[in-house]
Amino acid sequence: MVFRALVRRDIHVVSRELPMFLLRTTLQPIMFTFVFGYLLPRMGFVQPGYTGALLPGILGVSLAFASVQAVALPMVADFGWTLEIEDRLLAPVPTWVIAAEKVIAGTAQGVIAALFVLPVARLIMGPIPGLDFAHLGVVAGMTLLGAFTFSAFGLVLGTAIRGEQIGLMFGLIVAPMIFFGCAYYPWKALAGTPVVQVLVLVNPLVYVSEGMRSALTPSLPHMNPLVVAGALVLLSTIFMAVGLRTFDRRAVS
Amino acid sequence: MGPAIETRALEKIYPAPSGRRRGPSGPQLAPGAPPTQSAPPGTREIVALNGLDLAVQPGEFFGLLGPNGAGKTTTIGVLTTRVRPTSGSAAVAGIDVVANPVAVKQRIGVVPQRPNPDRQLTAVQNLLFHAAYFGIPRAVSEPRAQALLDQFDIGDRGDARVDQLSGGQQQRLMIARALIHEPEILFLDEPTVGLDPQARLALWEILRALHQQGRTIIMTTHYMEEADRLCQRLAIIDHGRLLALDTPAGLKARAPGGTLLQITLDGDASGAAAALQTVAGLSRAAPQGAELAVYADRPGEALPGILRAIEQAGRAPLDIRLTPPSLETLFVALTGRKLE
Repeated sequence: MVFRALVRRDIHVVSRELPMFLLRTTLQPIMFTFVFGYLLPRMGFVQPGYTGALLPGILGVSLAFASVQAVALPMVADFGWTLEIEDRLLAPVPTWVIAAEKVIAGTAQGVIAALFVLPVARLIMGPIPGLDFAHLGVVAGMTLLGAFTFSAFGLVLGTAIRGEQIGLMFGLIVAPMIFFGCAYYPWKALAGTPVVQVLVLVNPLVYVSEGMRSALTPSLPHMNPLVVAGALVLLSTIFMAVGLRTFDRRAVS
Repeated sequence: MGPAIETRALEKIYPAPSGRRRGPSGPQLAPGAPPTQSAPPGTREIVALNGLDLAVQPGEFFGLLGPNGAGKTTTIGVLTTRVRPTSGSAAVAGIDVVANPVAVKQRIGVVPQRPNPDRQLTAVQNLLFHAAYFGIPRAVSEPRAQALLDQFDIGDRGDARVDQLSGGQQQRLMIARALIHEPEILFLDEPTVGLDPQARLALWEILRALHQQGRTIIMTTHYMEEADRLCQRLAIIDHGRLLALDTPAGLKARAPGGTLLQITLDGDASGAAAALQTVAGLSRAAPQGAELAVYADRPGEALPGILRAIEQAGRAPLDIRLTPPSLETLFVALTGRKLE
């Protein structure tokens, strides 16, 4: 009951801000798509087949960072200075319910961002070799799992980071994650640099990108989807456990 | 029926602040707050509540009075389930706040120190969503929300974005939000800080009306006048400890020195001050230039003697001012520091 009201509030607020939200979270991956999926292939610097490796990664980035931002940014402000979340903390539910609702709303926003980027990217890149929607179940599963993992990661960041550190969060956490998240290249292609190939495994985005590859371009090199799913379940469990704890600590001092 | 609020030996000790973890609304280290013995050197724990015992009766308008950092906000925080006590117990409507915070939240309304409306929503949506968090159906909450907005004189601002409301209007919206689910007990944390005098008076009227409807109200303030005018009983706290608890009149009667008489003479007052030593019923007589400050427990009885003594000293009074015993003087006597 209370949970439903919390969801209704977020739907109300998010739907009003949706255009700005999409612009904020997807402009970067879309511009990347334009440069690497449209301009460079036409310049001849990049093989035309590269778009097949790029598209799932672009979707992974959009999904992941829409989810993180949807949860983390409002939460940093809420706990830092606006204190707006107080009215929900006074609702007659345990505090973890409020945190869980935020994660679920963030997951939904991540999925929306991915659904928005997919046709745009397809339009920019033209026909994409290897793109295959035969395994819709896998696509849906990987999308939800990826969005949930990063939404939970947003809960951790949103409750652990102070307002003045938001810039730092993007510079030191988000940017390296994107560059070393196997979004712009498949993980298997790192075989020539084995140290990098192993090190990037700590990066949750690797599993989202590879999960999207296994679902959307199964004929191209990708990580085993079962390994991906296992890693995402493990990571999301850790993020939720940590995030719910830090949320509780911010909510009840 | 048991007490509406009860705390027993309530203690809250915050760990030493690491970096800038505490926001501006967090507890501040009160000057002179006792550093905890066990703390390692270089760190200082903050003792926000130090064994606080309180009992508030149902229907009471109860005030928590104290300077900044006294522990008022922490007390409200514990009672509204937002601060976890280090030790001791606290119950609201007979329900333990630690064991069953959800049931406590169901019964309380909270008006925060600083208005914190949901800025993504309009004024009326703030009320409707808050009602929905408490499971109140739209058919009930809609008329109730409008009635509250009307009652608090913002009936025509329902569809305004919160940012378009003035500070006083936002504060009244916060009270409306705290009442939308019809709580038994209303908590207000320094509700009139930052309001202009007119808005403050308007808020006092609202609070009086709410109290007359039978609601239990617990308010913190560091304004003497506010506490004096509104509260039936007052707890004066400092350093997280209860210093005094009584009705405002009872507390004032305890103020040292009784009524202050300030007398302006037509010349140097030291001769008159010496003559006053012989007058009975005066606790202190201090001259300062042509000014004479005299404390008397019964000013009416003492006045003729005072006037006679002044005449004997060859002076004439030009002006006499009486200041009844005040919470301010009591507070200074209890804490050794001023309130504001």
